[in-house]
Amino acid sequence: MARVLLFGRLSDVAGWRERSIDSPFLSALRITLAAEDAALGEALGGKGVQVALDQVIVRGDAPINPGTEVAFLPPMSGG
Amino acid sequence: MIRLTFDPFDPGALLTEFAKGRSETGAVATFTGIARAEAGATVALELEAYPGFTEGEIGKIAAGAKARFGLDDCEIVHRIGRIAPGEPVVFVATAARHRRAAFEACDFLMDYLKSKAPFWKKEHGPDGARWVEPGDQDHADIARWDKETSR
Repeated sequence: MARVLLFGRLSDVAGWRERSIDSPFLSALRITLAAEDAALGEALGGKGVQVALDQVIVRGDAPINPGTEVAFLPPMSGG
Repeated sequence: MIRLTFDPFDPGALLTEFAKGRSETGAVATFTGIARAEAGATVALELEAYPGFTEGEIGKIAAGAKARFGLDDCEIVHRIGRIAPGEPVVFVATAARHRRAAFEACDFLMDYLKSKAPFWKKEHGPDGARWVEPGDQDHADIARWDKETSR
């Protein structure tokens, strides 16, 4: 199981912040999430949304080992 | 030092502590960002961070500033959670031998904190809430540092 975290507007779209989901690849995880919530699927593919696996930003697809923390990060705004 | 805090902080006290015992530093610059009321349009800000990751990413930004401007030291304190108008949101202090490096590093750190540090900001108003995302001005601000030659 991977620990999936949503930040910022993504958690508002989904209505949850953290869930455990079983998925071998990031691409498969995206498909699973989009299949159960089309609005979230679209938001995760939106402009500027980045993904971190165990707190390291990744681009493209990647395998997800059990226990991995998968974080979806919308555009950042501090200060 | 990098610190995230749910509690209000006193920028004056932070400056006093930061400037203490620096007999060779010469220059300390600070910036304090304060939550705006926007004439009643914003009743509160809500700042979300990704614990661990946020501190790590700010650490990389701070290390970049230290190397680029030859800083002796820098400090970043950032509020998270709910923040009322008038309360400080962010405090940045830089220490260098001369003022130009201290001023510029402060400016650099704020530009990066605005759009590259892992924070998500929601503005609560009388008619509901909205997520704030970096705009054209924020992108232009950060692009300035790519154009300038590294010192």
